[in-house]
Amino acid sequence: MTENTIERVATSTLLDWYEQMAVIRGTEKAAHDLFLRGLVKGTTHLAAGHEAVAVGTSAALRPDDYVFATYRGHHHAIARGATPEGCLAELMQKATGVCKAKGGSMHLTQADHGMLGSYAIVGAHLPMANGAAWSAKLRGTTQVAVAFFGDGATNIGAFHEALNLAAVWKLPVIFVCENNRYMEYTPIASVTSVPNPAADRAAANGMPGVLVDGNDVVAVHDTMSVAVERARSDNGPTVVEALTYRHFGHSRTDPATYRPPEEVEEWMARDPLTVARQRLLDFGASREVVDAADARAAEVVASASRAAQDAPAADPAQAFTDVWADGGAAWRT
Amino acid sequence: MADLTSVQMTTYRDAVADGIARELRRDPTVVCIGEDIGKAGGVFKTTVGLFEEFGAGRVWDTPISEQAIMGAAMGAAMTGMRPVAEIMFSDFLACCWDYLANEIPKARYMTGGQLTVPLVVRTANGGGLGFGAQHSQSVENWALTVPGLKIAAPSTPSDVVGLMASAIRSDDPVVFFEHKGLFASKGEAAPPGHVVPLGEARVAREGSDVTVVALAATVPLALAAAAELEGDGISLEVIDLRCLVPLDMATVFGSLSKSSRLIVVEENPYQGGWGATVVSIVADEGFEMLDAPIRRVASENVPLPFADALEQRVIPTVDKLVEAVRRLMSY
Ligand SMILES: Cc1ncc(C[n+]2csc(CCOP(=O)(O)OP(=O)(O)O)c2C)c(N)n1
Ligand SMILES: [Mg+2]
Repeated sequence: MTENTIERVATSTLLDWYEQMAVIRGTEKAAHDLFLRGLVKGTTHLAAGHEAVAVGTSAALRPDDYVFATYRGHHHAIARGATPEGCLAELMQKATGVCKAKGGSMHLTQADHGMLGSYAIVGAHLPMANGAAWSAKLRGTTQVAVAFFGDGATNIGAFHEALNLAAVWKLPVIFVCENNRYMEYTPIASVTSVPNPAADRAAANGMPGVLVDGNDVVAVHDTMSVAVERARSDNGPTVVEALTYRHFGHSRTDPATYRPPEEVEEWMARDPLTVARQRLLDFGASREVVDAADARAAEVVASASRAAQDAPAADPAQAFTDVWADGGAAWRT
Repeated sequence: MADLTSVQMTTYRDAVADGIARELRRDPTVVCIGEDIGKAGGVFKTTVGLFEEFGAGRVWDTPISEQAIMGAAMGAAMTGMRPVAEIMFSDFLACCWDYLANEIPKARYMTGGQLTVPLVVRTANGGGLGFGAQHSQSVENWALTVPGLKIAAPSTPSDVVGLMASAIRSDDPVVFFEHKGLFASKGEAAPPGHVVPLGEARVAREGSDVTVVALAATVPLALAAAAELEGDGISLEVIDLRCLVPLDMATVFGSLSKSSRLIVVEENPYQGGWGATVVSIVADEGFEMLDAPIRRVASENVPLPFADALEQRVIPTVDKLVEAVRRLMSY
């Protein structure tokens, strides 16, 4: 593999990020296919289109850093070390799911990799990320915490409470908004007082607010590296607003007809995988090398899907475990 | 009989600070967070001395941001700390209810046991002080509606210390209701190393005719009623539940097997109050033990009024309990 010395990132590194994004994309595609076959129930909020935010951020983090995600969190779970098999098994209600089939698509978690949960109450996890950052500070570990959230979360109280406290306590936390221009169905611009819903609120809380192309994994990595370094060296929090777009509707039942076709077309052309692939070719990587990465990703996903399908279903007895730290659910004597 | 001169007395209020201080001393991961809890010592003076002894690194003043407080406690709890968060008045739990309803009690379960949230949420609860509708509620029943929370509500200074120790050491989240009406009350100070396990009720007074199940401020109320009724030859057994989760029904059933009569006295409203859960369990599992209908003495189903006379009309009082007992005895 040739190293491109002009760019900040080595071709081999970018190829690795590309492959990670391809695995995430493929895993969500598999989830969709399994749904069509009746093997995945409930809802999913696909992150297709957002992969660069997850992979670019993860590449800027240490393995022991913390991340908190939303119900649209498949990409963050996988980017932080949850296996495609564990995630698909979770969606398929299997005993081997990452959350033993008690969480489902909206709550993917991989705590042993610092991925401390996916939360489905808009904005609730921003204060939690503060808590993890506060804890790191108290324990003197130089860990940082990242909260990923949607543009819609910038208008809920917890967002504003979290930013203020993070600034006051100078916490090592980064607030990463995945601005995909829509809440469920309503454009964020139609209900928000400022043009950049996250970044424009940073100044009011005494911290930098940065816009970044959320479909460019290298740009995300570079921007996050600065914010992470700032947090790690005890200089306080940052708001990063990554501009991105979801390829599908809000959730499974949403055909997303409210989006203008030109807008969809424009953003689909800027698919983060297309952008990364083009950059790899620009770096001088051969088409074969990139195709081989696609093939490896496809194989990882295919075998994950097979394994998840073959895994045993969740045992109903598991409904009564994991309420309390003793493993059980007893609430009275 | 203990030698009374050698028994040290303390207030419920001071016991709160004492209970927290003991845990701050023994475990460096314990950390306090809340509004005005530092130098100010808390609006109820329940954290007096903590800032002085442990410093700003262990006792953290916050902005008026109940969600930020709860979220910070939760995030810190899942990453190796044992936060003790104060929500000044329990009424304000409504401002961060998401954390008690959706986040804290579900984090472990919905991640299949991956997360642990060993935190305590302390809050000043209850009426009787003329604070009006938004600062007087007894909301322990709110917490009881959510599986996944442990709930403690002590009635004496030594139980404050003993239950605080268990709550802070617990790997499960605990909501700790401190009753405003009890802060000035006095009782025996807790001995060194005092620990009261969560989920063990206490027989506050032995008796034979009626079992009265009480919690927090209704315990002294029930004891006063028992003293009054003693003159009429009616003997009350008063049970201080001390916790709503885990709920010690074994002690309640043990008492009922003697008395065959049950009254629950609770300060939260009759509608949805914790007594309804207690009596439904007795109806389900102990119907044959009963010789009389079950009675509940609870707050009326109205917001809490300001004026003393009106407030007393709404919340449980000694007179109301005495009256309920008399009627039950003549059943
Ligand atoms: C407090 C709260 N209000 C409303 C909802 C319902 N809801 C779920 S997702 C969503 C839209 C969120 O939009 P955004 O933050 O932009 O995230 P995106 O889905 O675009 O990633 C809404 C309104 C919720 N889950 N929580
Ligand atoms: Mg959005």
